[in-house]
Amino acid sequence: MTSHRPAERWQQAQASFGKVLLNEARLAWRTPRGLIFGVGLPAVLVVIFGELPKDQVRKSSLGGLTRFSVELPVLIAFVIAIMALYSLPVPLASYREQGILRRLAATPARPSWVLAAQVVVNLVFALAGLLIVVVVGAAAFGASAPDSLGGFVVAIALSVAALFAIGLAIAALAGSAAAAHGIGVALLLPLMFFAGLWLPRQEMTAWLQHVSDYSPLGAASQAMQVAIQGTFPAAALLLTLAAYAAVFGFLAARYFRWE
Amino acid sequence: MSAGCAARSGGPAVEVSHLRKAYGDTVAVDDVSLSVAHGEIFGILGPNGAGKTTTVECVLGLRPPDAGVIRVLGLDPVADRDGVRQVVGAQLQASALPDKLRVAEIIDLYRSFYRQPADAGELVGALGLGAKRHAYYRSLSGGQRQRLSVVLALIGQPKVAVLDEMTTGLDPQARRETWALIEKVRDRDVTILLVTHFMEEAQRLCDRVALIDRGRVVALDTPARLAAQTRGGKQVRFVPSAPFDDGILTALPEVTGVERNGSHVLVIGSGQLVNAVILTLAGAGVTALDVELDSSTLEDAFMKLTARQ
Repeated sequence: MTSHRPAERWQQAQASFGKVLLNEARLAWRTPRGLIFGVGLPAVLVVIFGELPKDQVRKSSLGGLTRFSVELPVLIAFVIAIMALYSLPVPLASYREQGILRRLAATPARPSWVLAAQVVVNLVFALAGLLIVVVVGAAAFGASAPDSLGGFVVAIALSVAALFAIGLAIAALAGSAAAAHGIGVALLLPLMFFAGLWLPRQEMTAWLQHVSDYSPLGAASQAMQVAIQGTFPAAALLLTLAAYAAVFGFLAARYFRWE
Repeated sequence: MSAGCAARSGGPAVEVSHLRKAYGDTVAVDDVSLSVAHGEIFGILGPNGAGKTTTVECVLGLRPPDAGVIRVLGLDPVADRDGVRQVVGAQLQASALPDKLRVAEIIDLYRSFYRQPADAGELVGALGLGAKRHAYYRSLSGGQRQRLSVVLALIGQPKVAVLDEMTTGLDPQARRETWALIEKVRDRDVTILLVTHFMEEAQRLCDRVALIDRGRVVALDTPARLAAQTRGGKQVRFVPSAPFDDGILTALPEVTGVERNGSHVLVIGSGQLVNAVILTLAGAGVTALDVELDSSTLEDAFMKLTARQ
């Protein structure tokens, strides 16, 4: 038998991970729930909000902004939330429930590769979804490009980190795919409310605004909103997102079981 | 030490000594020791909850033992995770594959995990899945899923295969096909650790069997010898043509007991029992009529050894 140097093992692990990634992408494509709700739905909503005449009127209650420009970061938050809270944890919980991860644990591959592949696939879909929202919003309905591009990118990166950490914690704690599904949907509705999907933050009562500022999607959409209007988001918003990423990332790592 | 060296060395393929594993207060495996020789089909037999699956999960390195030592081809499954997994194929209970992956995609994935994988086309053909290469896993029948599972267990060209409850849930026809399959696997020079609760399966396939009950090995031998030690092994029942003295039969080394039941005589013993009995009777001028031979089975041994007081 030939000797196997670490370099060869590393090469083989890379090739294997590539196959795991390819199969996770195939599965996400063949059961496109995440794509429909996370990319398709926000793309439709951006067109609807863009076409509604009343949403293109500048309102003093929105600080002189149109409803459309206020909703744009909310839709980006929506894309990230669907991928993170729904599209990511449901397959992972189902793989554990069905013993797919257990089967992999008996091979030289690591079950953690599936977890990493799911994160990569959903990250790519989230980026595709938010690009569609931003590009359609700007090209078709005159949304302005973010004045603070750096702030915008940092806000998105931290939002993704916070929401994906929460999604992985759901995958870790849910006992079944059905439970992951239920938790994801149950979290999505209140979190999207505080992000401002139904009522813009500017029109919330002071008390609701306060809750919104410390909710993951509220902090995410507000940080993006601020960056679009030209200033780097306040440290409090970014730290809130970072804290969610850290706490839920820890929970996920601590409680994730392979079977 | 690489797996290859260990495989060539004279040691056993799998060695388990004084394995203990508990989940909280529940002791799944109390004290299990066994040694599987190269090329053997070794059965682990026992009632539900006896600790069979936990034992093989420890052999596979899926669970660390609380106490005891496990060596697979000389390697520690926990410390040398990758080394053991390169040379051990597994067919696990309660493990499925993603519904919407195709057979060929799954095989290609598993093939990529191993340094010296088998030829996928040859293996798929041998297991009769050639026509299903492009089918989704979801659409496979129970027997086809089982065969795919065997393909995945063998795709890395393992030296040891662990097969856990392979035939549970299969119809008798599929079960027989699976047995033929296991014999084919052995013909590839693969040592097999077979977990089962079907006596017939163990009797048919296994070179040796460990009977596990309540986390302990209660018997370990060939299926025939396990069966034989239970009830003196064989029984001959006949109707004598003329009266005779039981003493002429009990004097035979093959005979352990003689019972009479009406006109019938039951002789219990082992070895060439029928020959010895008939020749002895003939010498005494007695003909044995309506001769029936009954071998006790592994099932008898199982029932006796695992009987609850």
